[in-house]
Amino acid sequence: MTYAALPATPSVADERGIVLHNEKVNAEYRHLVVGTSALAATAKPGQFFQLACPQPPGETPYLRRPMSVYGADPKAHTVSFLYKVAGAGTRGLAMLRQGDRCGLMGPLGHGFWLDQAWRNIVVLGRGVGLATLGPLAGMAQKAGVGVTAILSARSPALVMSEEVFREAGAHVIAVTDSEGTADPANVDRLMRGLIADGLCAAMFTCGSSRLLKLLQKLARAHDLPGQVALEQQMACGLGMCFCCVRDFIVDGQTEHRRVCWDGPVFDLREAVA
Amino acid sequence: MIDMSVRIGSLTLANPVMPASGTFAEGMAQVFDLNALGALVTKTITAELRTGNPLPRVAEVPGGMLNAIGIPSKGVPYFLTKILPLYRDCRAPLFVSISAPTAEGFAELAAAVSVPGVTGIEANISCPNIEEDGRAFAQRAGATEAAIRLIKAATHLPVWAKLSPNVGDVAEIARAAEEAGADALVVSNTILAMAIDLENFRPKLGNTMGGLSGPAIKPIVLRQVYQCARAVKIPVIGCGGIATAHDAAEFMVAGAAAVQVGTASFINSRTMLEVIDGLAQFCAQRGFARVAELTGAIRLEADHAQTAEMETVA
Ligand SMILES: Cc1cc2nc3c(=O)[nH]c(=O)nc-3n(C[C@H](O)[C@H](O)[C@H](O)COP(=O)(O)OP(=O)(O)OC[C@H]3O[C@@H](n4cnc5c(N)ncnc54)[C@H](O)[C@@H]3O)c2cc1C
Ligand SMILES: Cc1cc2nc3c(=O)[nH]c(=O)nc-3n(C[C@H](O)[C@H](O)[C@H](O)COP(=O)(O)O)c2cc1C
Repeated sequence: MTYAALPATPSVADERGIVLHNEKVNAEYRHLVVGTSALAATAKPGQFFQLACPQPPGETPYLRRPMSVYGADPKAHTVSFLYKVAGAGTRGLAMLRQGDRCGLMGPLGHGFWLDQAWRNIVVLGRGVGLATLGPLAGMAQKAGVGVTAILSARSPALVMSEEVFREAGAHVIAVTDSEGTADPANVDRLMRGLIADGLCAAMFTCGSSRLLKLLQKLARAHDLPGQVALEQQMACGLGMCFCCVRDFIVDGQTEHRRVCWDGPVFDLREAVA
Repeated sequence: MIDMSVRIGSLTLANPVMPASGTFAEGMAQVFDLNALGALVTKTITAELRTGNPLPRVAEVPGGMLNAIGIPSKGVPYFLTKILPLYRDCRAPLFVSISAPTAEGFAELAAAVSVPGVTGIEANISCPNIEEDGRAFAQRAGATEAAIRLIKAATHLPVWAKLSPNVGDVAEIARAAEEAGADALVVSNTILAMAIDLENFRPKLGNTMGGLSGPAIKPIVLRQVYQCARAVKIPVIGCGGIATAHDAAEFMVAGAAAVQVGTASFINSRTMLEVIDGLAQFCAQRGFARVAELTGAIRLEADHAQTAEMETVA
């Protein structure tokens, strides 16, 4: 996607926010809330920020790390993130304390979109992808769209965003490896049931290429639209460096697109899992 | 008020700060008004359609990063119809970075992009020359001279030659570019490097080798800017690891007439604005009325420079 002209006013803030909260929510995830400018707090579901990471002892994360918007409050001027401590960068983020400064740039990329014709949608996510999908719950509620959320994780304690979806009136189905309910066959069965019941005008996913493949098959078989939020290692976050490209199949042709600039939310069927 | 303007050959820039090729695109206009910059430089384009290198295309190292993007390019028509029009309302002069596998290819591409809206051409001659066994043009004085000479003959626009730091005698290449008619030099591109992941013994870049950029390379490139500025009369534009106004000031004092900022914009997209403001403050504090006075202001004991160079080589 290219724009016909340069924007007349900035749409992205690059600033130092103030950490309001950065606490563990379970063994692997942390919830970070940052006080920001009004511009940063305009972030929409599916968009992301580039977060500057403090250096943990002996480690030197250099590039900023992309994190989905978990929540944004344009009145309170806050943006929140739900992140998994994975490596040097996120270990650095985990060191942030209330009152610390936190460099961040955003909102970036294109988020989820809802078609007025959709009455009911299905959101299917796994692991850290549930952080990205969480804000979709409130967005759908505001638009009067019914949501069934199938939330997949290794164990019940790691199912993220369950509250967020429930509070927004979604019907939540949690599936986990430890309970033996997260296997593709069961998820496929659940999906087919929802499609048959007319509860799936569109499907949304993030966090698992296996689930993406499963949804792509269903979307093709039932000719349903869908969106996927994708991840890729990034450097600039502004479409400039071309390091975060992925393959997409458009009209039978493979092409590269930049996750940061053309996405991170893409047409479900064009993505290559 | 400090006079921030600088002259690069026949051109006057509003200030000496511009982006490095490949680290800038229209996305930056989402953060700030590009008219604040001294000039704009596009990502390198080629006439050939190129998809670029396999992933991962970047890796972190202490003090910087490695990249092997591989110059993905959608060709000239795409550039002329989709990219160039974006900048039509921009006051900052636009330089188009070009690359080609042969000297003739460089010339043809230079001619093709010499259109209204383009102020000048930056020849990225750090790419492999298929006529010389894949060695970069900028690694050979002869190949550098041949490419720049043909480009100059093919365009009426100013031509900047972007050199490679991966050479033994950068001054020799600088002189070759000057003799061929280059209007300025950009010193320099990234330093050839690599990194290995000890988890799986695989190179950290999909392309195995790539270019090191960021603060880690600043002292090396600063030295090369100094050597080039002493070797040629045309302006030298410093590029390598600049992240602060003091970094930029160092490059100017070493002989650079202007600077490019690359990797630092990934860490803070407003870096160039901060460098511009910081340079003005630096000049004010140190009693310079014009930022251009910094260029080549390095103080050396008489003849000390040459012996110092000889001693370090010995
Ligand atoms: C658009 C987008 C949104 C994201 N949203 C979230 C989120 O809401 N919550 C969350 O926990 N994680 C999210 N991620 C993944 C998150 O960016 C990575 O987990 C993080 O970059 C890992 O950094 P690290 O230094 O801790 O790990 P390391 O493994 O040490 O990282 C090494 C390098 O690889 C990159 N990298 C590693 N894993 C990923 C990944 N999955 N995606 C992109 N780059 C990666 C890092 O950025 C870094 O450059 C998102 C990624 C993208 C692209
Ligand atoms: C991701 C990335 C892409 C680059 N692409 C190009 C390019 O297309 N053409 C070019 O001449 N230099 C390219 N460069 C090199 C930069 O323009 C610059 O010369 C180099 O990075 C050193 O400056 P820095 O340390 O400020 O980044 C690239 C650098 C990076 C990091």
